[in-house]
Amino acid sequence: MHQLIYLVPLLPLIGFVTLGLWGKKIKNETLIGSIASTTVGISFIITLLIFFELLSGGNTHIVKLFNWISVGNFNIDWAYQVDQLSITFALFITGVGFLIHVYSIGYMHGDRSFYRFFSYLNLFIFMMLNLVLADNYLLTFLGWEGVGLASYLLIGFWYDSKFPGVRITWTGDAGMKAFVVNRIGDFGFLVGMFLILITFNTLNYNEVFDIASSNYISYANTGIITAITLMIFLGCTGKSAQLPLAVWLPDAMAGPTSVSALIHAATMVTAGIFLVARNSVLFSLSETTMSVVVVVGALTAIIAASIGLVQNDIKKVLAYSTVSQLGFMFVALGVGAYYIAIFHVITHAFFKGLLFLGSGSVIHGMHGEQDIKRMGGLKKYMPVTAKTFLIGTMAIAGIPFFSGFMSKDEILWYAWSSHHGGGWLVWLVLAVAAMFTAFYMFRLYYLTFEGKERFDHHHVHPHESPKTVTFALITLAVLSTIGGLMNIPPALTPWLHSDPLLKSWLKPIFANANMVMGEHAHHGVEIMMYVLMALATVVAFGMWALAKKWYSDAAWSTPRKLAKNYQPVYKLLLNKYWLDELYYASIIDPIQKLSTSFLWKFTDIGIIDGIVNGSAKSVELLGNRIRLIQNGIVQNYAIVMIAGIVGVIAWIMFL
Amino acid sequence: MTALLVTLFLPLLGALLLLFFKSENKGLIKNTALGISLLTFVVSVFLMLGFNSNNPGFQFIYEAVWISAFDAGFRIGLDGMSLLLVMLTTFITPIAILSSFDSIKKREKEYYVMVLILQFAMTGVFVSLDLFLFYIFWELILIPMYFIIGIWGGKDRLYATVKFFLFTVVGSLFMLIAVVWLGYYAGSEILNLSNGFTTNYLVIKELHDRIPVDLQEWMFLAFALSFLIKVPLFPLHTWLPDAHTEAPTPGSVILAGVLLKMGTYGLIRFNIEIFPVASMNYSGIISTLAVVGIIYGALVAMVQTDIKRLVAYSSVSHLGFVVLGIFAMTAEGFQGAIIQMVNHGLSTGMLFLCVGMLYERRHTRLISEYGGIAKVMPNFAVMFAIAMFASVGLPGLNGFIGEFLTLKGAFDSKILGSYWYTIFGATGVIFAAVYLLWMYQRVMFGTVDNPANKNLPDLTSKEWAMLVPIVIFIVWIGIYPNTFLKISDASTKQLVNKIEMIKFNKPAYELPEIKPADKNIKK
Repeated sequence: MHQLIYLVPLLPLIGFVTLGLWGKKIKNETLIGSIASTTVGISFIITLLIFFELLSGGNTHIVKLFNWISVGNFNIDWAYQVDQLSITFALFITGVGFLIHVYSIGYMHGDRSFYRFFSYLNLFIFMMLNLVLADNYLLTFLGWEGVGLASYLLIGFWYDSKFPGVRITWTGDAGMKAFVVNRIGDFGFLVGMFLILITFNTLNYNEVFDIASSNYISYANTGIITAITLMIFLGCTGKSAQLPLAVWLPDAMAGPTSVSALIHAATMVTAGIFLVARNSVLFSLSETTMSVVVVVGALTAIIAASIGLVQNDIKKVLAYSTVSQLGFMFVALGVGAYYIAIFHVITHAFFKGLLFLGSGSVIHGMHGEQDIKRMGGLKKYMPVTAKTFLIGTMAIAGIPFFSGFMSKDEILWYAWSSHHGGGWLVWLVLAVAAMFTAFYMFRLYYLTFEGKERFDHHHVHPHESPKTVTFALITLAVLSTIGGLMNIPPALTPWLHSDPLLKSWLKPIFANANMVMGEHAHHGVEIMMYVLMALATVVAFGMWALAKKWYSDAAWSTPRKLAKNYQPVYKLLLNKYWLDELYYASIIDPIQKLSTSFLWKFTDIGIIDGIVNGSAKSVELLGNRIRLIQNGIVQNYAIVMIAGIVGVIAWIMFL
Repeated sequence: MTALLVTLFLPLLGALLLLFFKSENKGLIKNTALGISLLTFVVSVFLMLGFNSNNPGFQFIYEAVWISAFDAGFRIGLDGMSLLLVMLTTFITPIAILSSFDSIKKREKEYYVMVLILQFAMTGVFVSLDLFLFYIFWELILIPMYFIIGIWGGKDRLYATVKFFLFTVVGSLFMLIAVVWLGYYAGSEILNLSNGFTTNYLVIKELHDRIPVDLQEWMFLAFALSFLIKVPLFPLHTWLPDAHTEAPTPGSVILAGVLLKMGTYGLIRFNIEIFPVASMNYSGIISTLAVVGIIYGALVAMVQTDIKRLVAYSSVSHLGFVVLGIFAMTAEGFQGAIIQMVNHGLSTGMLFLCVGMLYERRHTRLISEYGGIAKVMPNFAVMFAIAMFASVGLPGLNGFIGEFLTLKGAFDSKILGSYWYTIFGATGVIFAAVYLLWMYQRVMFGTVDNPANKNLPDLTSKEWAMLVPIVIFIVWIGIYPNTFLKISDASTKQLVNKIEMIKFNKPAYELPEIKPADKNIKK
């Protein structure tokens, strides 16, 4: 079965090419949507079959398609690696991807470029699958930049629409920003690959990890390993929107909402998590890098969550939430709890996908309105959306036994207890971020679905979304509720002495990393687990109650008073810490000025052209002078001639 | 051998044929020129099919006595590198001719004669195995190019042609001195030939270890100056933006597509082959300039207001990768440089075609005149985007292969011996995204605010015919570059062996034995 892995990316590619070339001629929206969804659906089924094969005791398989680049002694294959990690990602990429394709049939109904949208979506799935299935860095890099392309195309999908933002006018500006910021990360990935090449002389994942883990004592904490992993992590901060490269993701909300759900919440932005997990052996070898990962993740988690507290655009709130949740995942990676990060990637794909699709349903029902100040009371008009949105909110807020509770709680526990960078401070930062999360999510829910109706009844007639939309919402709501069962924390099942399901499934992937870190499996249950869990639960419910109290009051008097009393803090959060402004003022504007006035106008035109044209001019001037000698007067020529002859004779006589 | 002669001379014969046509007979002139160039392409495909890529040496060799007094012969032949560049020439020329149909509207007969002579000279440069013959072809290029820009160019064409001429003539003079010097030194001092002079490349390239290093360095500099102006390497690049901007569209396409590669080709063929020790000594300086050029070209491109000038500066940046790859002197570096020459020809050629299509419709090159074009010209938007992303170096398209290989080649080059060339060079990938995407954003996206842009027609069938063949190769090289990398594989390995023998006393690669029957040589 695993030999068929090539079909998994191939089918969406076929969908992309078909729709790209002939989509315009297919006028029927249902047909276009079906082509796009079916290719992803079949890919999902094939992945599922391979998953079962692997579950019944398969090893890692490499499926080589062809030799991609061969130069000198450098050889790279276009080959896919079938193992627990790649199949886990492929499963939820195709699974959630399929749901979002179906959702989009209803959501994009009537768009003038319906076919173009679906061909881009298929292109994205193809690239994302290459990213996770690749058996070498270079093919992952192809997928890595490829998803960036798809993201660029889809953010700017409505290229003639405006989008508000710092120095952003059109949606296309936001797409460009995403691509360029990602490229800064890609630069790191590229340099990381070159460093790997000179260190291990190969770009093949398994070969690199074999060399690294069999000589791990000599590699541990060396400068080169730290350099490699830091460079790769730079790539991850781009793709997964972490500090300092987090600025692009909120603006990426310029794209259609199903794109935000699929690419900018569920799948593409988790590519950074994937890459660190894939390179767990190398990361585990560098304590410096692991600390950097923890610090970056924790800072991003709390900063983004604090911004989320005051935003009023429904999608922006979710965008900052995504940035923050990705920070949680990086902390998990940084403290060596790799499988927990993957767990949170999956549950996050469920509940954040759900929340985004729910927000899309709201925006659709509200004729494009995104400002939650002008919503309220929508529960009455869109009951399915409201209920599923509440489930998503409860999951992300950490209400017990929802999927988000299980995965987030595990991250908090490892942040507290890990011997590799964990501690009370990391825990505290994340716990506060989680507290913020619960608050802003319930704030979002209450402002949108409960309370007074604040929209203009004459122009806006909210309505529930079509079946294709609610089908996806309900499916994801179920998954957000029960998804946590795949990895029940040991604290909740103290009578079991085996690992949770996901942990044992991913064990082979992280075996080497654990060996390198000296991590030993322990199934012990500690009393602290329950203390922290109880604390987190109390906080989550507390924030729920607080948000309900503050925003059920139609005048919002408490939050308004707070904003007024703490004006500077409020402004800071509302303006996103002025990060965009800072980057423009300190980096982008100076470079532009330098390029225009110094490089172009001064060096190119002034100096270089000056010298060239100057020498041409001086030849011309000289020529003009010399020309005077040839004035056609024979007597003058005779004088010069005689002078010359005299000169020559003199020279011969006296020398 | 016959195929090579036909590939070389067919355009010249075509040019002569056109002279017999009446100037009024424009349709016939155009179609004949196109037909000739297409036929040349077909013939060159046979070259590729008959080429034995396991043979690192020259194939299809043809020699004829020419000026026996100083042993200058009509010697031509191909190795893997020159074959790829000849193919690029025969591929780009018909597309350039097709693009002239609409953009050239005066003195058509003279124009097409010039273009065909230009093709003859370009092919000649890539196939010459004689220094003197090479020099003749190299100088011959100047004449048609001078007229193409000077007669059919834009508003400031005179300034541009004079600048173009000044820069290149200065370089050529130094090269001429070096050719004479080298011919004399090889003929008299080393080989003691009866006439005391030779310009036979195949003989001279074996003499590198008998030329003293200081002499090598002088000759190296003379050749390099000429080639680096052509490339162009920072700070010798300022002729390029003017020449590109003022040339008519097909002129820019040929200039970017083929002409610039003569410089980088010359660097490998002559500088590295004949003066390997001097090349090593100067590799640091030239690579530094290449990296400066990568960043400098990109930054200046970023702030241009004229689309064509922007693409021109992007060439300075892209060719920096090629020069860096060459002076890394590794197999990956050379191979990356060669494939990057082809890539740049395709993607920048296509960008110029696209800019030309906009120009034909609106007669302006200012970015600010456009906006929202994607809405009125959706098919064009797709094609323009493909060219742009190929140029940005997106994996899966051709540009990435070249950039990656040149950077990798420079990274572990023992000759350069420092990672910093690659690390600084790699920042070019960030800037490339900035200037190209920003330009695309302002030209193609947004709403159509300028009333002049409201009713622009989308691609015509002629325009499709120019762009689609390029797209095919852009994707082909991106997905399966081995088709092309394999052609120049053996030749570059042999060159690397030569360098490693000098530096480390042992070859880097094992090359297969070539049986005489495979050699494909006729005299």
